[in-house]
Amino acid sequence: MVVISDIIVQGLQMLLVLLMAPLLTGFVRKIKARLLRRQGASMFQPYRDLLRLLRKEVVLADNASWLFRVTPYLTFAAIWVAAALVPTFATGLLFNWTADLIAIVALLGSARFFLALAGMDVGTSFGGIGSSREVMIAALAEPAMLLIVFCMALVAGSTQLSTVANFMASSYVGLRVSLGMAIIALIMVALAENARIPVDNPATHLELTMVHEAMVLEYSGRHLAMIEFGAFLKLLLYVSLIACVFLPWNIALFGTGPLAYAVGAGAYIVKLAVAGFLLALFETATAKMRVFRVPQFLGAALMLGLLGTLLLFVSRSF
Amino acid sequence: MMSAVALQMVGVAGLLGLSVLAIVLSRSKFGTAVIYSATMVVCLAALANALRWLLGGPADAAGLILPVGLPWLGAHFRMDALAAFFLVVVNLGGAAASLYGLGYGRHEHTPHRVLPFFPAFLAGMNLVVLADDAFSYLLCWEFMSLASWALVMAHHREAGNAKAGYIYLVMASFGTLALLLAFGLLAGPTGDYGFAAIRNTPHTPHVAALVLILMLLGAGSKAGLVPLHVWLPLAHPAAPSHVSALMSGVMTKVAIYGFIRVVFDLLGQPSWPISAVVLGIGGITAVMGILYAMMESDLKRLLAYSTIENVGIIFVSLGLALAFQANGQKLPAALAFTAALFHVLNHSFFKSLLFFGAGAVLTSTGERDMDKLGGLIHRMPLTSFVMLIGCVAISALPPFNGFVSEWLMFQAVLQSPELPQWALKIMVPAVGAMLALAAALAAACFVKVFGVTFLGRPRSPAAETAVEVDRISLAAMFILAALCLLAGILPGPVMDALSPVAVEILGSRLPVQAHMPWLSIVPMSESRGSYNGLLVMVFIAICASSAVYFIHRFASHALRRGPAWGCGFADSVPAAQYSGGSFAQPIRRVFGTLLFHARDHVDMPAPGDTRPARLRIELHDLVWEKLYQPISGAVGFSADRLNRLQFLTIRRYLSLVFATLVTLLLVLAIWS
Repeated sequence: MVVISDIIVQGLQMLLVLLMAPLLTGFVRKIKARLLRRQGASMFQPYRDLLRLLRKEVVLADNASWLFRVTPYLTFAAIWVAAALVPTFATGLLFNWTADLIAIVALLGSARFFLALAGMDVGTSFGGIGSSREVMIAALAEPAMLLIVFCMALVAGSTQLSTVANFMASSYVGLRVSLGMAIIALIMVALAENARIPVDNPATHLELTMVHEAMVLEYSGRHLAMIEFGAFLKLLLYVSLIACVFLPWNIALFGTGPLAYAVGAGAYIVKLAVAGFLLALFETATAKMRVFRVPQFLGAALMLGLLGTLLLFVSRSF
Repeated sequence: MMSAVALQMVGVAGLLGLSVLAIVLSRSKFGTAVIYSATMVVCLAALANALRWLLGGPADAAGLILPVGLPWLGAHFRMDALAAFFLVVVNLGGAAASLYGLGYGRHEHTPHRVLPFFPAFLAGMNLVVLADDAFSYLLCWEFMSLASWALVMAHHREAGNAKAGYIYLVMASFGTLALLLAFGLLAGPTGDYGFAAIRNTPHTPHVAALVLILMLLGAGSKAGLVPLHVWLPLAHPAAPSHVSALMSGVMTKVAIYGFIRVVFDLLGQPSWPISAVVLGIGGITAVMGILYAMMESDLKRLLAYSTIENVGIIFVSLGLALAFQANGQKLPAALAFTAALFHVLNHSFFKSLLFFGAGAVLTSTGERDMDKLGGLIHRMPLTSFVMLIGCVAISALPPFNGFVSEWLMFQAVLQSPELPQWALKIMVPAVGAMLALAAALAAACFVKVFGVTFLGRPRSPAAETAVEVDRISLAAMFILAALCLLAGILPGPVMDALSPVAVEILGSRLPVQAHMPWLSIVPMSESRGSYNGLLVMVFIAICASSAVYFIHRFASHALRRGPAWGCGFADSVPAAQYSGGSFAQPIRRVFGTLLFHARDHVDMPAPGDTRPARLRIELHDLVWEKLYQPISGAVGFSADRLNRLQFLTIRRYLSLVFATLVTLLLVLAIWS
């Protein structure tokens, strides 16, 4: 009986991230439009976009291989699994222990690996430039992310995300220099990983950016829908990650019953809204940087992560 | 019933016999088939013997003394858990390479240059692992080096191979010299060269430090530690591809075996400064190796550079194990050590697989240069499928095996704040960051390998007309790919199989993984971190198939093929695609400007000029230019000077001899 309820909660979480992801992106877009004094599309526009893409015909390049057609599903699945393993409204879900934070980072790495390959598949310059820049960004963002993981793991004594969240929710944590560095670094990495301003511009695929959107340029129809959906999920994943580690208030502990779950879910939605608002605010306030400034940006994140970890090696109390 | 070590020696004798037989048979029609299949059978038997020993529960190390070698010593051979594990690696790699050779070897133009040395090389590697005294160890080590040198020189007429062979020979002699001195120090003034005697003698810290440095030079030059790696990217690719796989996937592991045997086993309790040295060199090797690989466009040479990276990763993990062991932290030491051994096994799987794939590409296109390949996924679907698995596995991505060993290493890094020494406290996070950087760069590098070689449009007529390779080669690759997946989703049994080695070397082991729920691995305790490759794979499969089901149930099925979109401008010339060099450009600019003094020179003709624009990339191998060229220059210079001594009169020669004698006697008089 317990197992069944566990599975239901886990399934609910998987569905929740799936349903919420487009809404978060729509919300960010709406806020951005309002900040720019535009009316903007409805918050639900991403859902409509996805449905419209699903109804469209796929136009495939003549020389696209099977890898090109498989990649959208693989990346979507990898990101979905990763997103489902990040606690959203409750910790200690059934499968949280399957993969820890390091594995979640690596799952996202798998998704990116295949996406970068798909960018190379058709053999156009756009795909190549997108892929080569994406892996350059990833080559810096991934180690930065792992150092952030080290930081959190050293504070909480575990790489298990549920354990980390439980620990952060407890009163032992207090203010720590290392965690301060970690959250700044994490936000920087999250911006880069999700191809947001100032690293990349999610709204265009032309000369100005040529990273993520250039890589997926050849995709259309249902394949594009899967890739877009994956990108929505990834944004949600990073926001959930920041929320569960650094803003763990009201997250339901494992097995505390439906009421706590409901409170947790409500708190989670509030956290998403706050994070989305801040993201939109930040994106309207900054300009995109040149692509070869990105290594400096991510290098700073890497150094912050390293410094945080180093402080924790020196003393657990930093 | 013969003891395990005797059985293993019978296998070695069989391999040596095969190599003699190969001299006779190599020019006959069936030579290739007979020799490779017989080698495969012997390797499989040796593998079974070693596995039985490793998995068969606690057994006492079995020894064997042959009446050859030094008269008062004899030749000692012994099988313990460490040797058994490395024998598994050697013979598994040997069996796979023999199977692959059955197919690949048919395209060999000069089989008489390969066949006799192939079994001999395998026999040499088996013997190094089995040797139990310094003399036989060095003898077998030299035998292994020379056999592999002969294989490197198999195609000696191809450009660059003779130079590769020469540099390999010089570096191998240098390495053996270092090993010789190391064993001399270990044996001490009493001069007992048996490993058992060495193990029982206490060593002073100075001797230990010197031995470590000599081992880093000796075993490290064979394994490819930076800056002793220069021969490796020249020699490994020069050999036929199944031998490249053995050299990269297996011989570097034999060198690592030598390092573990001496530093962990013979030297006794380590001291922490040793671990700091190993950690630092390992971290630098990992990052430099993969950056070199990223800059390379020759497929096999790129794989050789990536071997350097993996050796660096293994040394980092060994360094962590030494650090924990020096401070008496038994469980973390076992964790780091198990991670290193796991990575040894993993690397032998996927590096062999990747070299086989490169060999398949070479057979069917005659090209090793990635910038002349492309689009092979259409022409060689099965090869590209297994290569994809190899690339994912080596990039440390779940659910394959490369990720598991890196995950274990990261877990070991997270145990190290407890280390008391300040130097280590500062070094370990930095090395952890290097490990993470190397892993991320490896993923970038293998996107390049697969993307440029197998995807896109063909860049040369050879790539356009490539055909799939024979089934036997494919079978060898598919077996290795399956092993990569198996070790990735069921890491628990592998870790359990490695525990006797950890018990023997460190006196501690990880908790038994077989009892963990759902086949997950829990190296320390459940609350510290766990990973379940099987469930991750099942989840991905479920999510992907439900997505596919949903799409095919509800979404449009329409699909139309058309020309590539490319924002309205799809360049028709395949040469205009992204090449290996252009793919590496962002990373070259970020890391290479400092480390390789990389500069891009653009020659853009003036408007109206019809001459083509040119881009020239300038790269410097600083290790070669700053370290090796001065040395080789100095050697050449002094040789030129000394050349004068060749043309003296007899009187001068006699006075020279007299002067030398007097000087030596004087030195002796002052010394004593």
